[in-house]
Formats: sequence, C-alpha cells, structure tokens
Amino acid sequence: MRYFEDVIIGARRELGSYTFTPERIKAFATRYDPQAFHLDEEAGRKSLFGGLAASGWHTAAAWMRTAVDRGAGGRSARQADGDEALAGGPSPGFKNLRWPKPVLAGDTITFFTEVKSKRASITRPQWGLIFVLNTGENQRGELVFSFDGSAFVARRPVAASS
Amino acid sequence: MLTFEDFKPGHFMTLGPRRVTREEIIAFATEFDPQPMHLDDEAGRKSLLGGGLSGSGWHMCALAMRMQVDGYLNNSKTLGGLGVEEVRWLAPLRADDDITLEVHVDQARQSNSRPGTGIIHFRSEMFNAVKQRLMMIVAIGLMAAREWRG
Repeated sequence: MRYFEDVIIGARRELGSYTFTPERIKAFATRYDPQAFHLDEEAGRKSLFGGLAASGWHTAAAWMRTAVDRGAGGRSARQADGDEALAGGPSPGFKNLRWPKPVLAGDTITFFTEVKSKRASITRPQWGLIFVLNTGENQRGELVFSFDGSAFVARRPVAASS
Repeated sequence: MLTFEDFKPGHFMTLGPRRVTREEIIAFATEFDPQPMHLDDEAGRKSLLGGGLSGSGWHMCALAMRMQVDGYLNNSKTLGGLGVEEVRWLAPLRADDDITLEVHVDQARQSNSRPGTGIIHFRSEMFNAVKQRLMMIVAIGLMAAREWRG
C-alpha cells in the first residue's frame, strides 16, 4: 500500500483508457443527461458538438473508473504493472473542470493524473490531502477534459511493522 | 422555450425532491466508482465518511445534471456546458435520501466570441430531506439568446 508519505509531487501517471461507444453514450445520457445531442446522432450533428456527444459527466465518471481501477481507492492490493494501490479516501471536491473539445461516439479517451501538491490534514491527523491535475486526451492527442482534483490519502500507520 | 434573456441573477428554481435508492447508488458505483465505501455498508462504516454506504460524488453531479435537464434545460435553448468552476462535496449522499436542488444564477452575460449567445454561471446546492447541504456546484452554461440563428 502507498501512503501519503509515498506520494511524489510532479509524478504523472497514465490511468487507462475508455472507449465511448454510441451505446455507452446513450445509456449514460438516458439515465443522467437526456439532452438530444447526447441521445441521437442527427441531433448531435446539428448541435455545436458536430456529432453524437458524450455527456460531460460521462467523461468525468469514466475518469473516475480508470482512477479506481489504477488503485486510487485502495481497492486492489497490487496492480498488474506492479504499482501498489494508494491508501486513498474521499475527496472534498474539485475546481476548474473543463471540456475543451467534445467527446464524440467512437472516441477513445486516455486519462492521466499528476500530483501538484500535498499537505497534512489539520483536522484529521491520520490523513493528508493531495492536489492533482487530472486530464483526458482523445486518440489524436487532443485535450478533451481536465480538472483540479483533491483527495484525502491515509498517512502511514506508525505502529505498522509488516 | 427559455432563452438567455430568461436567466437573471438570483434564485432561479428549486428542483425535487427526488429519491435516490440504494440500488441506484450501487449501480452507479459499480460502473464508475467501485470503491468499497460506495458499495457496502460495512466498508462505508469503516471509511472516513462513516455511517453505511455513501453515493459517489460523481453520482451526485450526475443527479444534479438530470434534475436540471428535467427541470428546465430540456425546455431551453441550451448549447451545452462550458465547464464547472467548483464542486464541494460537503456531506455524504445516503441510500434512500430524498434530495432537492436549489439553483441560483450567479452571473449572466452576453458572449463576445459567439454573438447571439450568453454565458450563465449557475450555483446549485443539493440538500437531503433534513436540509443538510450535501453538495455545492458552480457550473457554466452556454445559452442561445432570442435572436440566435445557429
């Protein structure tokens, strides 16, 4: 397990990729964002997006899924590539979320996270806070998603001897 | 159809209440945020959030989106979202919470780069049934004005 003390400022990790098939775009939009340009190819073409476009919240949710799969929530004991899972906790929120280009049907987005800073929690001595820049790029390398995230990460237990 | 001219600074609309079921919380988390605290009561109790399982913060964002789409966006000439200034997750979403969303217009100004459209800053606050504030979100939307020709 990696703890707050192990988090390195400036480290940038590729989290994984997610392909936005028309079926996935429409299934998410049906539940959470049923606007015509997220549900119908023709409506998407006529919109400013220029095609069937994923809900921006679908892109955000896909970022979270890749982050969890890479161990952000401490779910997996050890990742396939040898990275250890982070002893992560909840997030108090984020800032500056942007969707600079639309995510269209067929796009594959690769997500990244980069640690910008960290500090100990004043109110919760067993935890620290990390601040990260999270991004997504499409198959042409164009930035389609970014936000300034934050999350609690557990401090290394003092008594742990194993 | 609502156009840019209809959005004036101040309280805009209160949406809900909407029930968020345990099944819905687990379904969202299973697909997009499968951390134990969002899937299992025991894991939730042991987590920093305590108190049983909690909904993913991204689920709260998605629910706020859905409430706004149903409440006014699908009856507007929205051109899409430009971004989100800030989200604060203030208290956990719990199974079977009845949530409401208070939507305020913080700013509304004409767009310089896209004539005939306006940029609106919406500040929305999500509450549970006992008026505990769960989330605050400031989102920026692009809205067509009456004269917009597309």
